[in-house]
Amino acid sequence: MESMLKIQNLKKSFGNKEVLKDISLDIQEGEVVTIIGSSGSGKSTLLRCLNLLEEPTGGEILYKGKNVLASDFKRNHYRTKIGMVFQSYNLFQNKNVLENCLVGPVKVLGENKEEVQKRALINLEMVGMAAFIHALPRQLSGGQQQRVAIARSLTMQPEILLFDEPTSALDPEMVDDVLEIMRKLTSGGLTMAIVTHEMEFARDVSDRIVFMDQGLVAETGSPEQIFENPQNKRTQAFLERFLREK
Amino acid sequence: MGASDFLTNMWNIFLENWPAYLTGTRNTILISIIGTIIGLAIGVLVAIIRTFPQSKTTWKAALQKVINALLGFYIAIFRGTPMIVQAMVFYYGSAIVFNWDMTPLTAAFIIVSVNTGAYMAEVVRGGINSIDQGQFEGAKSVGMSHWQTMQEIILPQVFRNIMPSVANEFVINIKDTSVLNVISVNELFFTSNTIASTNYRFFETFLVTAIIYFILTWVVTTIIGRLEKKLGGNDDYELAEVGSSHQQIPTADKVGDQ
Repeated sequence: MESMLKIQNLKKSFGNKEVLKDISLDIQEGEVVTIIGSSGSGKSTLLRCLNLLEEPTGGEILYKGKNVLASDFKRNHYRTKIGMVFQSYNLFQNKNVLENCLVGPVKVLGENKEEVQKRALINLEMVGMAAFIHALPRQLSGGQQQRVAIARSLTMQPEILLFDEPTSALDPEMVDDVLEIMRKLTSGGLTMAIVTHEMEFARDVSDRIVFMDQGLVAETGSPEQIFENPQNKRTQAFLERFLREK
Repeated sequence: MGASDFLTNMWNIFLENWPAYLTGTRNTILISIIGTIIGLAIGVLVAIIRTFPQSKTTWKAALQKVINALLGFYIAIFRGTPMIVQAMVFYYGSAIVFNWDMTPLTAAFIIVSVNTGAYMAEVVRGGINSIDQGQFEGAKSVGMSHWQTMQEIILPQVFRNIMPSVANEFVINIKDTSVLNVISVNELFFTSNTIASTNYRFFETFLVTAIIYFILTWVVTTIIGRLEKKLGGNDDYELAEVGSSHQQIPTADKVGDQ
């Protein structure tokens, strides 16, 4: 079967600093892949390369076999298929909750507004924000904004959804709400790539765990393999540190 | 001469010359309004082009570089020389070099617009840069192009933020159109000068002029101040009824005291 995303020898440098050294990774349709690793290991950069928020400096990304980095590749169209949930929510400040969900499908995909609205309301209800459709982002808490951001991405009906540390900026009591929603999504069969520090969550929902270290994939495997029997010394050290903090 | 005589004098000058004052005032308002609006449009366009992310295609990137250099040149020239000089060069230059025969008023519209555009380009660019990068990324992540991002997300916020600077440009334009008297544009300063050179009462005549200028700038400042408040929006929102997603349009129903 053809991979949804096939990443081959991906490299990314910022100036002299090589953040991604040589990453190869496949993401299959319906798969939930979680990328873990310490800060600075390059996991967010990897995720941001996938929807081209960062321009890779080397290697290839194939989306259903098509080279994403080719100069004639329609990047904006590609991005409509690749949703992203950010650490800092990144909602549109000039639009209310409902409009945040509508603007993409209506303006970019050219869909009928009434149709999109039905879908948006279902999604907003799913994340528990249907009551707040008239609110502006700045009137909401971080957790609420993140839930809206998830609904915004879902309303685009993406083929894969990227999560870039979606709970890192949240107050502890809000984290569970967001994780709960993500749990629901994983059981719905959506393809997801998640960067997170929530190890328990990663163990529960992932089909595959990717452990990154210093710009390389140090180890990859099922949650059982990675959490119970890590092979790589770095993985062991990383997980030990996490378990100690518990 | 007593103070009341002085005021009577001013009043008489106004009564005798009000049609001329009116013409001058009308032209000053016209030039500064149109100049500010077209200048803002130029500024927005220039700023959008200058904030365009670098193209991945080589020839497009090269073209982009050339255009940006030209725009930078335009901004530098028009901000770096006085408008009074720009007026002389443009008005007489266009006649000599291109053989364009335009009225001073037409020349005035063009000069003020293009001059204001150079300042507005920087104002708008500053406004765009002040929007957090996250919103640009949010827009990208739903597949928006640069134009769509600008139109839907960034510019509405920029306009609200730069309103004070636009008002400031407008007020400056009301005052600075006076330099256009050097190319005989029939604006308020020019007509005042004509009045004064027939009655030889420069002091009183120009004091009337000063009052008119002040009223104009004061009115503009006040109106824009109000507009700004209105655009600021209110801080309240109403909760919608949950579980109503089957309804067509969610109405602003209030949910008791949830």
